[in-house]
Amino acid sequence: MRVQYVLQEILQGLRRNLTMVIAVVVSTAVALVMLGSGLLMWQQTLHMQDYWYGKVEVSVFMCNQEDVGKYANCLTPVTAGEKQSILQALKGTPHVQTITPESQEQAYTRYQQLQSGSALSQDVTPQDMQDSYRIKLDSPDNAAVVEGAVAGMAGVQSVQDEQQLLKPLFTFIHIAEYTAVGVAVVMLVLAFLLIFNTVRLSAFSRRRETGIMRLVGASNFYIQMPFLLEGAVAGLSGGVVASVILVGVKAFFINHVVAPHLQSVQFIGWSPFAWIVPCLLAVGVLMAVLASAFTLRKYLRV
Amino acid sequence: MSRLPPDGDATVIRFENVSKTYPNQTRPALSEMSLEIERGEFVFVIGSSGSGKSTFMRLILREERPSTGRVVVAGKDLNRLSNWKLPHHRRLIGTVFQDFRLLPNKTVYQNVAFALEVIGRPKGQIVKVVPEVLELVGLAGKEDRMPNELSGGEQQRVAVARAFVNRPMILIADEPTGNLDPETSVGIMKLLDRINRTGTTVVMVTHDQAIVNQMRKRVLELDQGNLVRDQARGVYGYVR
Repeated sequence: MRVQYVLQEILQGLRRNLTMVIAVVVSTAVALVMLGSGLLMWQQTLHMQDYWYGKVEVSVFMCNQEDVGKYANCLTPVTAGEKQSILQALKGTPHVQTITPESQEQAYTRYQQLQSGSALSQDVTPQDMQDSYRIKLDSPDNAAVVEGAVAGMAGVQSVQDEQQLLKPLFTFIHIAEYTAVGVAVVMLVLAFLLIFNTVRLSAFSRRRETGIMRLVGASNFYIQMPFLLEGAVAGLSGGVVASVILVGVKAFFINHVVAPHLQSVQFIGWSPFAWIVPCLLAVGVLMAVLASAFTLRKYLRV
Repeated sequence: MSRLPPDGDATVIRFENVSKTYPNQTRPALSEMSLEIERGEFVFVIGSSGSGKSTFMRLILREERPSTGRVVVAGKDLNRLSNWKLPHHRRLIGTVFQDFRLLPNKTVYQNVAFALEVIGRPKGQIVKVVPEVLELVGLAGKEDRMPNELSGGEQQRVAVARAFVNRPMILIADEPTGNLDPETSVGIMKLLDRINRTGTTVVMVTHDQAIVNQMRKRVLELDQGNLVRDQARGVYGYVR
């Protein structure tokens, strides 16, 4: 009897205030999409950091026939002797852990894999690629030593700290992440206020019933429950909508559209969703219940 | 039968030097009021507007708290009643109002059943008790009517049914005949009298001279917050 009564009241309340309930669901959904995006981007950066910082740190690119005459140290394409000298210099440099050579042919193969199908890749030959040494250091902070060791040597076209390449990307993602979280906070406040107003409206439109309930001796819980649950249902719906949107973005946009074109970037898998989705649902419900309880304390006292 | 107060104590309502002043007001609404009402009594509360009748009722229901003094209902000091026990207190008291206060979107049956549903009574009990009380008030056969299809007298009967369905210890009626014609009023008074005979204490605020004079019950007269008359078998006017 109780459960049936409460369910009936909730449905009735939601129907009566349908426009406001929709407003609540939409604003909660937007807030949670922002929050979820922020969390996903954070996960993405962690993922990328693990992947990239674990692999290549500094690359020493050596002259090929294209570079001759354009760079100070490239009087000819790099010779075997020059390659040896460079290798010796690198071996003697402190903080260097591993040195992995990559030949023009290897670079060519890798390039073809990455750019498969694009028009440019048809015109490229192995001779257009460069020989390089891929150097792993004991710590990313010591990248400068490599530059110091080999920069001026014959045959060295450039020394590239891969981290410097990635830094702008990471900075960009961090900015996007903080912006998303900032917007999320603002939207959550907005959703909170909307729920506050909706529940107040709902309570006001039911004041005849609640007045009689109070007189007749219904417990506080019984009187307030339908409103609290109304708020919770709206908040939960917002969370569900937000989760569906984020999953959709991941499944269609990321997996099918972006990732094939950005093969060098390792995108996050589905595992973060396992805790992000429950998190969003929980935040949605919690915020809604808090807002409702707050309203009821103010406008529906015993 | 209505519920007994604890320990067989016959006093259901006791006011001990109760005063009530609302904020932003100079004159107290009630001033040093002391009285006792015993189980099974029928009490009229009369007085002009502003005399404190409504405040008196509200204090019994604990919609307000006294500024000084104690209100004791069914052996419980209302000052010391915790908020979560308040609903339980309200279940001992049935209320009837001048404007009926029915739910317009519910039938007669649903209006009365509502009072039981919201306090968690099981459906089996409701289905049994509601028809009984509707018959008691003379509305058998009208369960499915909506309030706007009923006359004033019938609507008030529904309100009485709702107030009485839970067999409260006390029935408080705030000018129940205020919106009714004299003939219908008599009908309602007979109903209240019948309820009183089952042992329910009835406290009725009224302006209706004729009814007070006819029924000759205990009369409490209030004037500007003071209890000026407490007379058994009283009449409306006071020969000074």
